Amino acid sequence: MPGYWPHTGDDVEAMLAFLGLGSLDDLFAAVPDSLRLAAPLDLAAGVPEPDAAAHIDDLAAANRPVGRELVCFAGGGAYDHYLPPVTAALAGRSEFVTSYTPYQAEVAQGVLQAVFEFQTLLAHLAGVEIANASLYDGAAAVVEAVNLAVGVTGREDVWLSRGVNPSWRQVLGTLATGPGHRLVDVPLAGGLTRWPDAGGSPPPAALVVGYPNYLGCIEDLAAARAACDETGALLVVAFDPIAAGVLRSPGSWGADVVVGEGQALGLPLAFGGPYLGLFACRAAHVRRLPGRLVGQTVDADGRRAYVTTLRTREQDIRRERATSNVCTNQTLMAVTAAIQLGWLGPGGLAEVAMRCAQGTRYCRDAMLALDGVEPLADAPVVREFAVRLPADAATVVDRLADDGFLAGIALGPEYAGNGDGLLVAVTEKRTLREIDALVAAVDKAVR
Amino acid sequence: MSGSQVSGSQVSGSPHGSGDPGRAPVGRDEPGTGATSARSAPPAVEGAPGGRASSAPLLGGDTEPTLFELSRPGRRAWQLPTTGVPALAIEDLVPASYRRDAPPPLAEVSERDLVAHFTRLSHRQFSVDLGAYPLGSCTMKYNPKVCDAVAALPGLAAVHPAAPARLVQGWLALLVELEEALCAVTGMAAATLQPAAGAAGELTGLLMMRAWHQAQGRQRRTVVIPDSAHGTNPASVTLGGYDTVTVPTDPSGGVDLAALRRVLDEDVAGIMLTNPNTLGLFERDIEAVAGAVHDVGGLLYYDGANLNAIMGVVRPGDMGFDIVHLNLHKTFATPHGGGGPGAGPLAVTAALAPFLPGPRPVRTAGGPGDAPGGIRDPGSARYGWEQPERSIGRVHSWHGNALVLARALTYTLVHGADGLRQVAQLAVLNANWLRARLAGVFDVPFDRPCMHECVVSAAGLRREHGLRASDVAKALLDEGFHAPTVSFPLIVDDALMFEPTETESVQTLEALAQACERVVAEAATPGGPERIGNAPARTPVRRVDEARAARHLIPVADSVSGRPSPPTG
Ligand SMILES: Cc1ncc(COP(=O)(O)O)c(C=O)c1O
Repeated sequence: MPGYWPHTGDDVEAMLAFLGLGSLDDLFAAVPDSLRLAAPLDLAAGVPEPDAAAHIDDLAAANRPVGRELVCFAGGGAYDHYLPPVTAALAGRSEFVTSYTPYQAEVAQGVLQAVFEFQTLLAHLAGVEIANASLYDGAAAVVEAVNLAVGVTGREDVWLSRGVNPSWRQVLGTLATGPGHRLVDVPLAGGLTRWPDAGGSPPPAALVVGYPNYLGCIEDLAAARAACDETGALLVVAFDPIAAGVLRSPGSWGADVVVGEGQALGLPLAFGGPYLGLFACRAAHVRRLPGRLVGQTVDADGRRAYVTTLRTREQDIRRERATSNVCTNQTLMAVTAAIQLGWLGPGGLAEVAMRCAQGTRYCRDAMLALDGVEPLADAPVVREFAVRLPADAATVVDRLADDGFLAGIALGPEYAGNGDGLLVAVTEKRTLREIDALVAAVDKAVR
Repeated sequence: MSGSQVSGSQVSGSPHGSGDPGRAPVGRDEPGTGATSARSAPPAVEGAPGGRASSAPLLGGDTEPTLFELSRPGRRAWQLPTTGVPALAIEDLVPASYRRDAPPPLAEVSERDLVAHFTRLSHRQFSVDLGAYPLGSCTMKYNPKVCDAVAALPGLAAVHPAAPARLVQGWLALLVELEEALCAVTGMAAATLQPAAGAAGELTGLLMMRAWHQAQGRQRRTVVIPDSAHGTNPASVTLGGYDTVTVPTDPSGGVDLAALRRVLDEDVAGIMLTNPNTLGLFERDIEAVAGAVHDVGGLLYYDGANLNAIMGVVRPGDMGFDIVHLNLHKTFATPHGGGGPGAGPLAVTAALAPFLPGPRPVRTAGGPGDAPGGIRDPGSARYGWEQPERSIGRVHSWHGNALVLARALTYTLVHGADGLRQVAQLAVLNANWLRARLAGVFDVPFDRPCMHECVVSAAGLRREHGLRASDVAKALLDEGFHAPTVSFPLIVDDALMFEPTETESVQTLEALAQACERVVAEAATPGGPERIGNAPARTPVRRVDEARAARHLIPVADSVSGRPSPPTG
């Protein structure tokens, strides 16, 4: 029988003898007979690992990965950026991969320092003072930000821009039922959030806005900040760490909490996970910070060292009064992002963002030159744009797969009532020839 | 000095095994050590331990500079593809009011320095691949490399999560297959793979509990948990909108049934339990517990953190549980990643299935394939997405930690029904062997055979030498082992929770036991308590000042590329 245990038959016998037991079954004497399985689990017998790998390979072959055969123009929170081999090589080191939460700091300085560097890079990118060691994904980061804001303000209402990624809003909708937050849906006009009048409703705990938003548009954070000042709400900005290469930081606009999805920082598309929930905020909120935080300190010899800190916020100590229930997070993804940001540096990140903006502009202009294609929003964009097609967008996406394109994401009815909205992302990987070919294929598909 | 030198000469002559099987371990005759469960003298164990990491060069003395200290203006590592796209200036692309006036303040390093830096950091990190990691409750077993290899296949790793279903048939088949396997292991009817870790599974399960009660037309307010529960349980209860009611542990280490019956009423939505519990003990009264909770209309939630103990032996569904989460990063050997990613799928009974998060991957046409629950022909069925009838909604941005799920399915296929059972048996064998071996070394608070982990107490060392469990943990680091879990569960004074897992050899367990003996023996020597109190001495840094980290909080490096820190206040 295949397996990864070291025990020989002799080992098992000797170990049982030491315990005074006759068989492995005797180890389970505490399990009532009435409960013990009489038959094996309803699973096939084990197979050697090459057979198992071959089966997974068969499954993989039944997918259409992005690449030469399926050029990726889809985004919506998951982007096809260039993945330098160096990032995967370093992040794949088994010391990072096969360790766990750094409970014993003296033998975990590697992960601790890498996370400390991640926190620093993220805080600087977001333009606020602190960042945590990661959350599950973009959606989880938004949920935690809202929980923090509700805790700080003691209010229940949350003004949620429709420009925030729709699946993150759905997750927030699911998880808000527990604590009972009231989510106020704030629609878009011309691609940008139109905040309601402060007077009309109870003051909110937070305003939550995308930067850029789901349709790719750069939101006016000054307006959002002004609405926060008027109502006493916290400003929660869901930012894009790549666009941050060219955009002013959310912190510089007065964001209180900056969240986001870190997949674009060196992680593969991976059918949606594992990704990286980004969470950064003002130092004033540090005692409400969800999840792990690494701090710098010294060891007994006075040498610089790192350790997880302000632990009394966390579930293992604070239990039902913890700021969050998160335990296992996405540390390896945070380490990956730190490596990727190290590889990019200030110049590389700015260049990636600028090239995204160049490709996006070129692609958008070419699409809008097609007969019957109209803009869905007019506001400035960085890496993604939305158009209306003279055809059903889901049908077009489906047909274009046969031409070798993942043409984008068909927008739901809340963005484009009759299903004609298409969201297109253009990263620094897309060549002029690919963009021209996509536009020609769209032209053919909508005729 | 080193721990092994001091006590190696005092306790057992050979570092590779007790040369004298008849010799009593140190501490065996001390009062109150709970030695009753040691069946016989420690056996002779021949051979070198594979899990002892003391040969590794973890001896670096210097501080590793930060990425920012390595930074020099103008250095770079990045290279980007040539695209031919017209290179408009940024001024023509983004309005001035939104533009950064300077590039973001990141570090500027060469690729060579980047590689050296993170490689050196990796040398300052203990890991399962380096040595035994008996961190209780975390199941730090060996992570098979084949699972990482399949996760890197472009056919899995380069798939966009929003691609139409017909382009991702392989992924959908994989998810359905894993759901079915997890249902088989747990005895449940349906599952969701969305939760990204155990705690996310807990919250999902509690929200389903809530939705289910509401569908019965009732509003309940409390969830019961034992005082031995993991901290995520009560934290999740609060986020689920419930109040926590805590029940005590009885003298045999199980839920105090009488106390449970006293708190059960029409306000109780359910109970969260792990079985075996966090003491590593099987709840023998589980049927009575289940009956009592069901009698008041409550549901039973199974925290699957300890599933490694029982796979293939007994199923949570048969014990009466309604909702079960699994920690694939524990039981199904997916790597822990320095703290994550994990995956926390949730499996439920048929009655709760309509409430599962959606969209769910489902088989839309074609049969279930050749072998029930096992390897099957992916071409024989079609797959799509479906929203369960009364779904609580999404709990993940996409479909869960997909590459973790692919690793877990691979692990399941290799092991199969027989292998998973063997995993549980050997995990329990290892833990009991270690427990019996340590029974004379530490106090054993609940003196009965354990399941996959054992909890001992270092309270004796505190009474006699003023040492804490955490000091023992630090001293074990010097011995080349990762420490056990310390101070959990909370109900045991100076708890040390050892979970050896099935992938450690008896040689490694013996070496670990001898390391514990040396620490205990050293505590009784002149100057010993001071040395242990100052341990570790052989690690990349010595004892880290945790209090100072919290008092003088430094959560980010104070200089980046010579630029000032971001605004404060
Ligand atoms: C008993 C128990 N329950 C729940 C959890 C939480 O699981 P996770 O860390 O995957 O969120 C853990 C993890 O450490 C655990 O040991």
